[in-house]
Amino acid sequence: MEAFGLLLHGFAVLLTWKTLMLMMVGLVLGIFVGVLPGLGGPNGVAILLPLTFTMDPTSAIVMLSCIYWGALFGGAITSILFNIPGEAWSVATTFDGYPMAQQGRAAEALTAAFTSSFIGSLVAVLLITFLAPMISSFALKFGPPEFFAVYLLTFCSFVGLGREAKHKTVISMSLGLLLAGIGMDTVSGQLRMTFGSSELLRGINFLVAVIGLFGISEILLTMEERLALRGHAASISLRVVLGVWKDLPRYWVTLLRSSIIGCWLGITPGGAIAASFMGYNLAKRFAKDPESFGKGRIEGVFAPETAAHASGTSALLPMLALGIPGSGTAAILLGGLMVWGLNPGPLLFVEHKDFVWGLIASMYLGNVVGLVLVLTTVPIFASILRVPFAAVAPMIVVSCAIGAYAIQNAMFDIWLMLGFGIVGYVFKKIGIPLAPFTLALVLGNRAEDAFRLSMIGSGGDLKVFWSNGLVGSITTLAIVLLFWPAIGGLLARIGWTKATKSAGGKNIS
Amino acid sequence: MSQTDLEIVVDDPAAPEENSPSVASSGTIEIIACVLLLALAAILGYDNWRTGASWDSTGPEPGYFPFYLSLILGGGSLYGLIAAFLARRGPSETFVTRAQARRVMAVFVPTLLFCLVTQFLGLYVASFLLIAGFMRLVGKIAMWKSLLTAFLFTAIMFVTFDIAFDVIMPKGPLEAAFGY
Repeated sequence: MEAFGLLLHGFAVLLTWKTLMLMMVGLVLGIFVGVLPGLGGPNGVAILLPLTFTMDPTSAIVMLSCIYWGALFGGAITSILFNIPGEAWSVATTFDGYPMAQQGRAAEALTAAFTSSFIGSLVAVLLITFLAPMISSFALKFGPPEFFAVYLLTFCSFVGLGREAKHKTVISMSLGLLLAGIGMDTVSGQLRMTFGSSELLRGINFLVAVIGLFGISEILLTMEERLALRGHAASISLRVVLGVWKDLPRYWVTLLRSSIIGCWLGITPGGAIAASFMGYNLAKRFAKDPESFGKGRIEGVFAPETAAHASGTSALLPMLALGIPGSGTAAILLGGLMVWGLNPGPLLFVEHKDFVWGLIASMYLGNVVGLVLVLTTVPIFASILRVPFAAVAPMIVVSCAIGAYAIQNAMFDIWLMLGFGIVGYVFKKIGIPLAPFTLALVLGNRAEDAFRLSMIGSGGDLKVFWSNGLVGSITTLAIVLLFWPAIGGLLARIGWTKATKSAGGKNIS
Repeated sequence: MSQTDLEIVVDDPAAPEENSPSVASSGTIEIIACVLLLALAAILGYDNWRTGASWDSTGPEPGYFPFYLSLILGGGSLYGLIAAFLARRGPSETFVTRAQARRVMAVFVPTLLFCLVTQFLGLYVASFLLIAGFMRLVGKIAMWKSLLTAFLFTAIMFVTFDIAFDVIMPKGPLEAAFGY
């Protein structure tokens, strides 16, 4: 039980007034950005990241993870009260959450949503606590070829398992990898793709791109769709909360099933959206009366929320243990780690024990404090939506600009952000997914370094990626995943219909 | 325990009518995007080939990795281009309607101006102008409310970033006059 002792130590690091204050501030800011239309988890974290630049890494990550929790909780408020999902993975929550609000059971639906987010995240954090140290100590034995194989696996699984048209995922990913290469080459020190521009020397900062891609483009999209909200006000009383909690044990199968689906899909990249739909669909399939779903059934809130939050949280597991983010927000947190001079990956557990266990402990604490906070403050936050969008939109633009500038103190980055805003808007409209782009941009240099170091080690022999059982099986798995749609089709033709069905979690839209 | 009775209704004051004509179809935009990406792939590919995209005694040269990536990007966009051309025969989806385009421009143009003003007058002045102007002109909100909100927000940002957290923003002549 080494993990347990270290976790206790993590709590000790956290329990100072200063950290607790930061936690509250982070949660409030997080709920705020979660409730605001046009902002959500990744945007909120990206925009508020600059606030933490001058803090020490532990305080910074505590605040950021609390912003993230807050944004997750906040997203549920808009889905249920206003039928606007703040994030793609809250879509399934609106199916039953909004009807409940219409029937005057908004308080119940909100309590269910918050509670199930809490449970889903808690299960995922438990998983992280015990699994992450094991994986990272295993990964300590990894050399460059193994790391490259894992990166390859991440990229290939996006292409093979993504729901978008394959060529669009490939475009998005190769563009991200290319842009990551701009600037000084880390191995040889030579300049690449700068075209003599001194601004491009620094390279394209990942966070600047994210703020543009998500923040600015989201504002453009929200304006385009014209905001007309119609929703319900709600306040939650203790009686409703206790009533919902009392019924919780009856739904333990749903909660457990959704947690497991969420954790599983969260570790594979890009799984949160699929997880929420899968949780919802399975709950519906196993229910005795599936037709009552979609009409305001509390299980229809429990199932997707638990799965979405379990997967959103477990996406942090590969980020901490291997340095590979499983979601957009995890990628941004990873970007943050690099800003604070920490090198994400298995060494983090050895070299920065305080930081890692502080983060894990803050996930527990932030989750509990967040639950209490949202349950008590829902009416205040719901009323944020009464603020006209014409006032909110320019404020978001200003926050984005501040965020983009603060990263490297460069005016050029504000223009870059604007450019990425347009790119993000167009990409979203024509169906080029942004998640692979983000991931590729943050991992590009590391993947390239791993590749080149393995090539230097092996004298340019590609067989190094099959040189031992471990690296060989990861590489092979990556290639299988890349061609999964074709392989799946082939298997189906031979008559293995069952195999394709079990892998069919991806084809839900 | 208040519930549904309290309905929050937020409507856009300048809500235009639906069924406005399409400005561009998704297919057209997809073709343009693919052509641009193809051009980008070509430029970056050429630059990397010039840097050196082959192998030398120590392993791959600096341009090796990005060169092959630009080939992949080029291949993907070429495929997208052909797919978009083939899809053009069917019914086309709307990319934006005129009313939508007007709304997008209503936020994009001010943002562009904001960036320009930031370059010359500093971020805080630009942010005050953006918020006040946007609220007044686009949102049709009362002048005093717009000015007050803009001032308060800008002031809070200034205190939070420049003073409390030491994150220094670009400044212009106005801040200089106050000694910052």
